[in-house]
Amino acid sequence: MRIILLTVKRDLLLYFRKPGDIFNPLAFSLLVISLFPLGVGPSADILGEISAGIIWVAALLTTLFSIDLMFKEDYEDGTLEQMILGREPLLLVVYGKIIAQWLVGGLVITLLSPLLGMMFYVNTDGILATVLALMLATPTMTLIGSIGAALTLGLNKGGVLIAILILPLYLPVLILGVAMIDTATAGDNYAGHVLWLAAILAISIGFAPLATEQGIRISLSE
Amino acid sequence: MKRMVNRKQKTEPGGCALKMGNFFHRLGSPRPFYELSGVVLPVAGVLTLISLVVGSIWALGFAPPDYQQGESVRIMYIHVPSAIVAQSSYMMMGIAGVIFLIWRIKIADIALQCAAPIGASLTFLALVTGAIWGKPTWGAWWVWDARLTSTLVLFFLFIGVIVLRSAKDGSEAVGRATAMLAVVGLVNLPIIKFSVDWWFTLHQPSSFSLTESPSMPAEMWLPLLVMVIGFYLFFFFTWMYRVRTEILKREHRSQWVRSIDDV
Amino acid sequence: MLQVNNLSCERANRELFRNLSFEVSRGVALRIHGLNGSGKTTLLRILAGLYQEFEGDVDWGEEHYPLYIGHRRGLKALMSARENLFWSAAINGQKTKLSEVDEALRQVSMGGYVDIACGSMSEGQCGRVSLARLFLLHNPVWILDEPFNAIDSTGVQCLVERINKHLSSGGILVLSSHVEVPLTNLQELELRY
Repeated sequence: MRIILLTVKRDLLLYFRKPGDIFNPLAFSLLVISLFPLGVGPSADILGEISAGIIWVAALLTTLFSIDLMFKEDYEDGTLEQMILGREPLLLVVYGKIIAQWLVGGLVITLLSPLLGMMFYVNTDGILATVLALMLATPTMTLIGSIGAALTLGLNKGGVLIAILILPLYLPVLILGVAMIDTATAGDNYAGHVLWLAAILAISIGFAPLATEQGIRISLSE
Repeated sequence: MKRMVNRKQKTEPGGCALKMGNFFHRLGSPRPFYELSGVVLPVAGVLTLISLVVGSIWALGFAPPDYQQGESVRIMYIHVPSAIVAQSSYMMMGIAGVIFLIWRIKIADIALQCAAPIGASLTFLALVTGAIWGKPTWGAWWVWDARLTSTLVLFFLFIGVIVLRSAKDGSEAVGRATAMLAVVGLVNLPIIKFSVDWWFTLHQPSSFSLTESPSMPAEMWLPLLVMVIGFYLFFFFTWMYRVRTEILKREHRSQWVRSIDDV
Repeated sequence: MLQVNNLSCERANRELFRNLSFEVSRGVALRIHGLNGSGKTTLLRILAGLYQEFEGDVDWGEEHYPLYIGHRRGLKALMSARENLFWSAAINGQKTKLSEVDEALRQVSMGGYVDIACGSMSEGQCGRVSLARLFLLHNPVWILDEPFNAIDSTGVQCLVERINKHLSSGGILVLSSHVEVPLTNLQELELRY
């Protein structure tokens, strides 16, 4: 358990020393979604209708772009090798790295989402649901994304390859999450959606890091 | 505990520490597979041809038109088989992935790699025929129907496998990474399918689904069955052909490949 | 004790070695040498347990968890020498005090650089910092890929002393090196293809 905390601490330290890794994906996805009103017009009706989808696109983009960097530097400078060979289980290190990654990616976009919601005319109920949905879904996205990051290590194909591999896998959380926000905006009860998202999250917490761990071993065996 | 004793399956029998049965073990190494498939291939080819020809003539010429959709229902005889076989081939890739990850049987990697483009093509065929069928039925080339959408997602899953496998040619590590991806995809496939179906019911279904006729008469489902079998055989035939080519490519330096007479 | 039996490995359709068998007992160093591209690094990575596409047996007996220092030095450019070593120890499940880390850095004459980020050090200095691990960690098995590259003559001397001490306390060392190494108890293995 100590190693999970140490890994989180180490990764956060590295992110803070190189804030571009957190900031750039975020800036990029905020930029992309602010193009929507410019593209479809500023009408509150249209924007309100598609707001949930836009916010999810922002969350997906942020996760995708930051997940690409998750193991990349550790792979290039050889610290990933040490994580494999060390006495501490690689699985726990992977958990630590995923937590750190979520703290600087998924959590940040979750905390920013009320702001986005207001920009796109989501009502208060909708905003609450947005935060809750992202809180449950962004960890799942980071967990699944880490598998893609591990499998594409050392291929030098950049973020596009990861996007192709993992975006289809994000579909269930996207559908559930958007439906949850829409239901909430309409003033209906969305407890069922919460349970589904939580169930998917629980499964991902249990299994995704196992796949990521194996993926790292496979990619390093090159 | 870290495993430091590492045994890898060898091509020759005897070096294997796993209890797997000799038959599978032999079939799992390239050479016996190549020899056996050489016998099976022509048979499969003939059967494919027969079933596809019989099925097509039956379906396009003799099966009755639909009382609602008219003659356009005939495209179902292409659309449904290709969609079914495409799904099966993804399943097969996932199973091959599991086998390759656990037992490291080389053939499983080749099987996976060779199934992917065929599966992707069949998925693409299902999408195209779905669009063509959609035009007279719905009045639009593309409708975000539950089945079409999940077929589209399946297509992307295939693309992911193909792209990853071709990221580095001939590398066994990439082969295992691809196997991993196929397994992850297979696990996710039911969840994705379920969520797409759910998403579709959420957004009010637009009239009716393409293939959901309440009860299909025997004059329709019999030719459909023949076509499905034909598509399965076609998949099997092309897949085996590709596997044989890939075996020759990978083992081109070995003695037994060199001793094959050029035709 | 390390036992290798019938080890064969192929990369990119080229056979690197076939049916390689050797033994390394405690207290002995094995130097692997050969031309560029003869598979030294691959062999070391197989022995370390990183590279898995091989046929044959590698048996380390009781000694799991080798200390491996490869071409990639395993140092974060954005972390100081001290932080890097502290992390190395942590990932090895070793609880260390900062004073021990500083002492290890002093041993490789990097005592004045504990707080300097590795990214702003020279190649040779980075080499020293990564070798400071040998003074900090307690793994009985060392696998070093070209450890003498990029370090100066005093560094070489210091490393040789440390290795001899490791061997005399019953450790095992497998290293690759182009140059002859003045070690007691040295076994040689040449890779040719």
